[in-house]
Amino acid sequence: MYFGLSEEQNQFQDYVKKFLSDNVSVDEIRKIANGDDQKLHEDIKSGLMNLGLSSLLIPENYGGLGGDLLSAVSIAQGLGTGVGPISFAGSYVMAPIALSLGGNDDQKDKYLPKIASNEIKFGVGLSEYVAAREDSGIELNKGKASGKALFVIDGDDADFFILSDKGGTMFIVDKNEKGLEIIQLTTVDKTRLYLELNLKNVKAEVLQETENNPFVIQKVIDAGRIILSADSIGASETMIEKAVSYAKERKQFNRVIGSFQAVKHMCAEMAADLEPCYAMLWQAAHSFDHDPDEARLQACQAKSHISEVAKMVSKKATEVHGGMGFTDLLGLHYWFKRIGLNRQILGGPELVREEAAELQGFNQ
Amino acid sequence: MNLEYGPEYEDFRAEVIDFCMEYEGISFENTSSKNISRSEWQKILIEKGFIARAIPKEYGGFGGETDIIKSRIIATELSKAKIPGGMGGQGIDMLVPTLLEWGTEEQKQHYIQPTLHGEMIWCQGYSEPNAGSDLASLQTKGELKDGNWVINGQKIWTSTAQYSQMMFCLVRTEPQAPKHSGISFILIPMDTPGIEIRPLVDMTLNAGFNEVFFTDVTVPEGNIVGKRGDGWSVANSVLGHERGSLADPNATMNRLNTLINMMKEETIDGRRLIDIPSYRDRLMQVQGKVMANQAHSLRLLSSKINPGQNVKLGGMIQKLVGTELRHEMEALAIDVLGEIGTLYEETPRLKENGSFQFHYMYFLGLIIGGGTNQIQKNIISERGLGMPKEPKVQEAS
Repeated sequence: MYFGLSEEQNQFQDYVKKFLSDNVSVDEIRKIANGDDQKLHEDIKSGLMNLGLSSLLIPENYGGLGGDLLSAVSIAQGLGTGVGPISFAGSYVMAPIALSLGGNDDQKDKYLPKIASNEIKFGVGLSEYVAAREDSGIELNKGKASGKALFVIDGDDADFFILSDKGGTMFIVDKNEKGLEIIQLTTVDKTRLYLELNLKNVKAEVLQETENNPFVIQKVIDAGRIILSADSIGASETMIEKAVSYAKERKQFNRVIGSFQAVKHMCAEMAADLEPCYAMLWQAAHSFDHDPDEARLQACQAKSHISEVAKMVSKKATEVHGGMGFTDLLGLHYWFKRIGLNRQILGGPELVREEAAELQGFNQ
Repeated sequence: MNLEYGPEYEDFRAEVIDFCMEYEGISFENTSSKNISRSEWQKILIEKGFIARAIPKEYGGFGGETDIIKSRIIATELSKAKIPGGMGGQGIDMLVPTLLEWGTEEQKQHYIQPTLHGEMIWCQGYSEPNAGSDLASLQTKGELKDGNWVINGQKIWTSTAQYSQMMFCLVRTEPQAPKHSGISFILIPMDTPGIEIRPLVDMTLNAGFNEVFFTDVTVPEGNIVGKRGDGWSVANSVLGHERGSLADPNATMNRLNTLINMMKEETIDGRRLIDIPSYRDRLMQVQGKVMANQAHSLRLLSSKINPGQNVKLGGMIQKLVGTELRHEMEALAIDVLGEIGTLYEETPRLKENGSFQFHYMYFLGLIIGGGTNQIQKNIISERGLGMPKEPKVQEAS
């Protein structure tokens, strides 16, 4: 019996953490967020992609590493620690899973090897299936898609998009297809880009195994929720580390503020609530890989609980920093905002808790 | 990640399940046809190696190796089958491990077996009215006179003192030494003249605690465990064990299931409580915390059998997180029951024997006891996160 990340998974995570701490300081994050340095952003993306992120979840017979979701979780935690300004959940977790489970052999042959080799990139937009806001929603009719998709994940530089209709049938749209309008949405977290897609009779390539089979889209959403939770755990971990080390240095009343119990207790509360989240996250990923009966409930509950804990951490860690925590200069807000964004994507806490209740037959 | 215990352990689980079936319905109540005394049951469990597993046979234990996975399997299966586990209490949980580590051969021979068999009940004499969180400032005095310890002073929060044959007690024997090194660990028979026990009724209306007064209480010199002045180290060697055991994950899961079942049965205007969205959302929040806690306990278990897996911080948070969670869960049960949730003791319309109100209050007691949760936060921040201690104040005004 061994409960936790393997040595290999820990190492992989450490590479990602090290790359981000060596190459992506707060100044660099700020430049990327403000769109001031395209070359820097490209260098960081390719540096991280060189670690093999794009091939992680692609099956071995399609040129990938054939990793499981727990391995992807170990990477996502690492990316979260440094607010990694790259695509991951959509392009390299949800898309490979959607294609592997939902595509026919031709579709797998066509796309999977090229994702692994980083020749093509996918964005993923499933918010309408989770909860359609405003005028969003897509209808599929004889191979053509019309409507709007909001909050498409990892849409920047995407060559293709995986979208779905309200029934959970998933399909691929080429970014160059006629009738597709791409609109950039600006969220609080400018380190990752989200899109709105406007489709007018756009040619859609349906993922055949997803027709009348919501199992696939649910699996893809579970994976997305687990990965976003991992990202928030990583971000929370860094916020606690920064709060603790600031509290050990900053002096007031001739003492370091970390010697005041008011401050220490905030740090202890953050650590105490975050610590069980690691195990919850890993168990959810493990169930995704090996225990389908438990997987959906655990994914929902992990998304809900970790979002709540991360929100608390993001607030208290900022408070420990006092006025400096509120400034752009310190840049702590990038982690705060990442946590705030992850919380809402693919269903906020109340929505996923309601889903968790439904799964257990609690609301009749 | 590998959540399998392996075939050897699954065989062991099957053995435990067989045992549970053999003793299904067993009860300590006189009215039951499967009535058995607690101490008989205790002996059966020891004989099977289900408790006192690593305690040598010569002291009345099973004489096997410590096996954390087996202990976990036993606890889980007994809890599932609603079969009572072994006796707990200060003697078995705290004194026995202390004696094994610090006791003389004579002390081990004399005390361990009757304690394990439930024939000798112990209470713990640590806290005093002026030594709570700051336990090491305790003032109960012990003086060596003519080969005896003569003890004077007062203890408080002493659970089970009225039923106990013995007390293990922290006593200041070296008044000139610094406060942590002037304490000795002394064993006191509760029928010694000069001991007065006054029950202390707590908010649950049970006399769960007592005050114990000592007036020239005289016990032999050999009743000390460890050397003079070693008492603080002797006591601390097992205190961590108590903290970890205050919020058992099996019990937490059972209580969550009780809550869920209650919310499916009880109604408002004919609607099940679980069908009311605001109640249901709170239930789901608590369930999320319970699931996180369950997973965390697996991670801690794993760290005990896989050296090199470091979960130091993870172990320190157990008492804080576990007790707060139970308190919150019982509070939710009361809220969803509304006015019905306030019923207590003997009354019509009582639900679950009043256990929601009882545990709601009882766990507030545990949030305070066993090292308050504020002290836990000091421990987490200082030992877990490496934050500095509060500067010492020379003299409090």
